Amino acid sequence: MSKQIDYFKPLDEIIGDNKGDASQLIPMLQKIQESYGYLPMDVIVEMSERTGIKVTDIMGVASFYAGFRLTPLGKYVVKICAGTACHVNGAETIAETICEELNVNLDETTEDGLFTVETVACLGCCSLAPVMMINGEVYGRLTRDKTKKILREYKELEGA
Amino acid sequence: MKVIVGLGSCGIAAGGMKVYDKIYSLLENYGRQDITLASTGCMGMCFAEPLVEVLDEQGSHIYGLLDEENVLDVFRSHVLDGEVADQYLVKSERNDCTNAAFFSKQVRVVLSRCGAINPEEIEDAMELGAYSGLVRALSMTPQEVVEEVKASGLRGRGGAGFPTGLKWDFALASQADQKYMLCNADEGDPGAFMDRSILEGDPHSVIEGMIIGGYAIGATIGIIYARSEYPLAIERLELAMEQAKEKGFLGKNILGSGFDFDLSIKQGAGAFVCGEETAMMASIEGQRGMPRIRPPYPAERGLFNQPSNINNVETLANIGYILNFGADDYRQYGTEETKGTKVFALAGKIKRGGLVEVPAGLTVREVIEDIGGGSSSGKPIKAVQLGGPSGGCIPVELFDTPIDYGTLAETGAIMGSGGLVVMDEDNCMVDIARYFLDFTQKESCGKCTFCRVGTKRMLEILTRITEGKGVPGDIEKLETLAHQVQKNSLCALGQTAPNPVLTTLKYFRHEYEAHINDKKCPALQCRALISYRIDPVLCTGCTVCARNCPVHCISGEPRETHVIDPSICTRCGNCKAVCRFGAVIVE
Repeated sequence: MSKQIDYFKPLDEIIGDNKGDASQLIPMLQKIQESYGYLPMDVIVEMSERTGIKVTDIMGVASFYAGFRLTPLGKYVVKICAGTACHVNGAETIAETICEELNVNLDETTEDGLFTVETVACLGCCSLAPVMMINGEVYGRLTRDKTKKILREYKELEGA
Repeated sequence: MKVIVGLGSCGIAAGGMKVYDKIYSLLENYGRQDITLASTGCMGMCFAEPLVEVLDEQGSHIYGLLDEENVLDVFRSHVLDGEVADQYLVKSERNDCTNAAFFSKQVRVVLSRCGAINPEEIEDAMELGAYSGLVRALSMTPQEVVEEVKASGLRGRGGAGFPTGLKWDFALASQADQKYMLCNADEGDPGAFMDRSILEGDPHSVIEGMIIGGYAIGATIGIIYARSEYPLAIERLELAMEQAKEKGFLGKNILGSGFDFDLSIKQGAGAFVCGEETAMMASIEGQRGMPRIRPPYPAERGLFNQPSNINNVETLANIGYILNFGADDYRQYGTEETKGTKVFALAGKIKRGGLVEVPAGLTVREVIEDIGGGSSSGKPIKAVQLGGPSGGCIPVELFDTPIDYGTLAETGAIMGSGGLVVMDEDNCMVDIARYFLDFTQKESCGKCTFCRVGTKRMLEILTRITEGKGVPGDIEKLETLAHQVQKNSLCALGQTAPNPVLTTLKYFRHEYEAHINDKKCPALQCRALISYRIDPVLCTGCTVCARNCPVHCISGEPRETHVIDPSICTRCGNCKAVCRFGAVIVE
């Protein structure tokens, strides 16, 4: 029981005295994702009970926006920029290299839970194309070899 | 002496922070407390990031392509010995650098403070005129402010180009207890980073525009809807808002005028369609971001069913200038139909990519060749994509088209928000069309059948063409679908989604035909339609290609000609990339 209380504590703080103000739904979900790492189903159900916002409405919003995720992330999130500038500079080859090197498909997490690989519309560093971002750190002017080298450094760091 | 490091997102991505830290420690080590170290936003020259500006008695000197090591040369030579380090110089007031052309055709209205001030210091911005427009606006009546903006000829820079003053007039005329002033900072076009750079480099220009807009239409609440993928922009905006509040530009009774204005930021959650104004308002209200039918227009019934006005970041960044210097001054730039300047994010196969601001009326060629320096690959430029997924491709034959809402629309492209991506002969136009359709198809909110299903069917046809499975009749089918999607979609996302396909069909139809009829990709990009082989004359048998082939399909003894097995080859191009003798041939 005490574990349950701890588990929902961040949710409590996020909801605060916000009872049923649906206009705050997106910021609340963003904060939940920030503290839980993703949107766990049990937290969504609990949130619904406490705020009075229907689970269907919460799920409708959570599944509509690409920024929300319903499954946990890997320790490192590799975001491959798929913006136009990166595309014309060979982003596809970079994506392929990353998936090969980590042995994972796009939008999936490696079995050891270390890496999640996803594409994003544009990271906005077009003049460094092609670009990828690993946990906020941007790597630009990528080539196949450079990409592999960077990923191997992360792997070594984790002893994997 | 003052040393300034460019720390916009692109500068940081290129390693600007490391350069900043290095200079910081060098100044410490040499005990040079007399020299100020500062940071600024985007200086525009993304191609030369990280950038460092050294200001001394002779003026400004900007050094580029620095890293932790070569910054030491610049430091020793210029900072310690006072001698300009010519080899790293990318811009100086002597204007004798090769990059001088990058600036000579630009006019900086929106970006006048971007890269010149520390965006985290409001005093810096105020010294260069920030909030002077607000002071003047507050001395006028709201109607007078609206008339000034109308007279300036400013049109929405988010893409559609609706006259801003007129929009304000509608919102001012609406009667309600509560009106809203909204800023669309949900810059979602892949390949566009103008708004991000403005928010990071000069957030005060946008805040000032919002306050003036609020005053003009009678709104006391302002909301900036910002893309959550731009954390640095949001951080600087928040800080700038705090400082503006301290100075009395935000909050109650602004500068003693009796006008109250509260500003807040709402973060998006990753939906391209939220750049559409009614979808954006739905998202602010906490719902799925789906567009609704207009009318009623937001000026009549917008956020929370109250009259609202929505402008994009760049549009708002013009407002302070217009109110400060007057509509007449602003009208000196541009063409009859398009007044003022337009900011472009120049990227792709271009030598000097970056953030540029040009007066309307300049030709596409002047932007690409004079400012951008032409092709970065050495291969001829084939086309430029303007306006992202809603825009189109302009072929090199039409590069003399002036940048103007009307003339650009005639080509089938649009002014759009300002993404300008250059493509050379290695880029397949069918692939580019497929790329954009893939984007819009994924981002379609699903409300309208034609947008939801039509884009999907179009994508399937385009994919099949690039895979060599195109059949006669596909082009006609694409055209029919394109026109239906255009006609039967509620919002601009669907209405403009077919533009990349239609413009490439208009100017590069032969590429589609080559894919379908001859099963050939003229740009040698589409993997299903190309093959790799090794030229026995040029091959030295160095084994590098074989060792780098991810599927081990290259065989051959050292110092003997190597051979690619086409049945295993995935056409990844790695062998071509690593061969030092040019022996790998693509056909």
